[in-house]
Amino acid sequence: MTTVAPLVEVDGLVKHFPGDRGPWPLARRRRPVRAVDGVSLRIAAGRTLGLVGESGCGKSTVGRSILRLIEPDAGRVVLDGVDVLACRPRELRALRRRMQIVFQDPYGSLNPRMTVRQALREPLVIHHLARGPEIDRRIAGLLEEVGLDAAFADSYPHELSGGQRQRVGIARALSVEPSFLVLDEPVSALDVSVQAQVLNLLNELQQRRKLTYLFIAHDLAVVRHSADEVAVMYLGKIVEQGPAETLYRAPRHPYTASLLSAVPVPDPRVSRQRIVLQGDVPSPANPPPGCPFHPRCPHPSKNDRCRTEPPALRVVGPDQLAACHFAEEPM
Amino acid sequence: MNVRAWLALLGAIAVALAAVGEARRLAARGSRGRRFFRHATASGGLFVLAFFTTVAVAAPLVAPYPPSSMPEIVALRDAPPSLAHPLGTDLYSRDVWSRLVYGARVSLGIGALAMLVALTVGAAAGAVAGYARRWVDPVLMRLVDVGLSIPRIFVLLMAVALWERLPVSALVLVIGLTGWFGTSRLVRAEVLSLREREFVAAARALGARPARIILRHVLPNVAAPLIVSAALGIGSVMLLEASLSFLGIGVPSPVPSWGNMIADGKDQLATAPWTSLFPGLAIAVVVMALTAVGDALRDALDPGRETA
Repeated sequence: MTTVAPLVEVDGLVKHFPGDRGPWPLARRRRPVRAVDGVSLRIAAGRTLGLVGESGCGKSTVGRSILRLIEPDAGRVVLDGVDVLACRPRELRALRRRMQIVFQDPYGSLNPRMTVRQALREPLVIHHLARGPEIDRRIAGLLEEVGLDAAFADSYPHELSGGQRQRVGIARALSVEPSFLVLDEPVSALDVSVQAQVLNLLNELQQRRKLTYLFIAHDLAVVRHSADEVAVMYLGKIVEQGPAETLYRAPRHPYTASLLSAVPVPDPRVSRQRIVLQGDVPSPANPPPGCPFHPRCPHPSKNDRCRTEPPALRVVGPDQLAACHFAEEPM
Repeated sequence: MNVRAWLALLGAIAVALAAVGEARRLAARGSRGRRFFRHATASGGLFVLAFFTTVAVAAPLVAPYPPSSMPEIVALRDAPPSLAHPLGTDLYSRDVWSRLVYGARVSLGIGALAMLVALTVGAAAGAVAGYARRWVDPVLMRLVDVGLSIPRIFVLLMAVALWERLPVSALVLVIGLTGWFGTSRLVRAEVLSLREREFVAAARALGARPARIILRHVLPNVAAPLIVSAALGIGSVMLLEASLSFLGIGVPSPVPSWGNMIADGKDQLATAPWTSLFPGLAIAVVVMALTAVGDALRDALDPGRETA
């Protein structure tokens, strides 16, 4: 692994959404949902960590907890030496200049009643980054940086296409000059042709601005070209983590292997074995005992141990971690 | 009625027509405006509102006589409509048209101001309840339940019993402060769904304080249903003011309001129907106009058709 101190460190992050009682004071509490159950991550400055998993596995909750858009229940988040979770509101607001987020839905993430200019002006005003004519110069600069014509400044979101809106969302995140960006499925809602453009833009911005990314995605294909490291989540836990290249070449966890087998290969002559998982993701309110993946696991060595003993995330190769009792055995 | 008053009446009609024409011209530019005027009654409603607003503002010009002058208390009492008194005179020989004109000031003014009070309080309470949640939300909403369960007229009767002679400003406040409960529920429901939208999360991520989020991001998105409910609400406030004045606990008598004009004429309904008929018609026409405009606004501002 890299020897430099990581820019972002997450340790033992836990978020349980409490089961509420509904409107009745005497009703039994519903089971709490363990959305994130002890997640640890490290991201080196200027690098990209891909966080991959099915919907509902808690990957977005991890991203939002790091930014404290959701208050996690336990764990530690450190951004460049600052303990994010210990910040008071005033310190947190100052810290928000250093970490930002790009959302999945370009329709929901822009206020329909604000023009692009108003949306980009707001962060500059909140953090006193510019005043007077300087504001308009900054806005023009941001639009140019994300590849939008300055004429879009006075458009409303409904006048823009999905890709254009996502560029505005990126410009807004960049407006406060952050060093760390959470990309919460930034291209999942876009057309395939637009996806590539936005991914390229994100890569260029990373180079130019020396940004550090936490790239959340629900399939491994999207992060393949951008991530230096990849972590795979299942039911609130990381099940495999490692350098992107190793992980794609030799996945050690059967869940990673099945996700990889779903990545389309652009060559019709290549025949390959698809691992089709049985059943649905279990409810995070009621995870199965033992290995959380065992009811759907296609591993040939699966046995009673998987049903009773939860596997620890352990070192299985150079820089590679996996949470499987049989990580070393062939699949 | 003299030439000046007739000219002023024609002028008011002309101003109202011009206002409607200008509104139509502006509306034709956008899809919202076109949806508004697709309602057959929207133009008529707008004309009625513009006309009565003009008349209320320009009351001293439009009214041929001072509203409370009693020129010939014996000879001119309950005189039928004539050229000199186009809508007749009432029990005290006062000119009904002049009183109707000045009454428009009172009735429309109370309606609009009381609605403004209700809207402000309701929007604030609803936004705070919806955004803060925790304990604030249930406390405020139970308060609203209580408010909705107490008959409004009862609260108003109590206020009158306490003050004996209620000044008009106090009447506006009392009507406004008993009328915000429905609005706050509407706003809270909208805020509850808006606060989960990602642009609110984005604003928080950018470091915006709750006050900024509510004022800049949440409330502007509630404006459409709020405007519609206001347009419909003014009508009901006017009716309430009319019934209060009719009961003798609203606007005190020498000051004309459409409600107390009906009350003043109720004993001569058989012999001089014009004294009650015309203010009654005015209330009915204005409330219908408000309903028509409110319905058209509801369609025009429907956010579901934003992108259409």
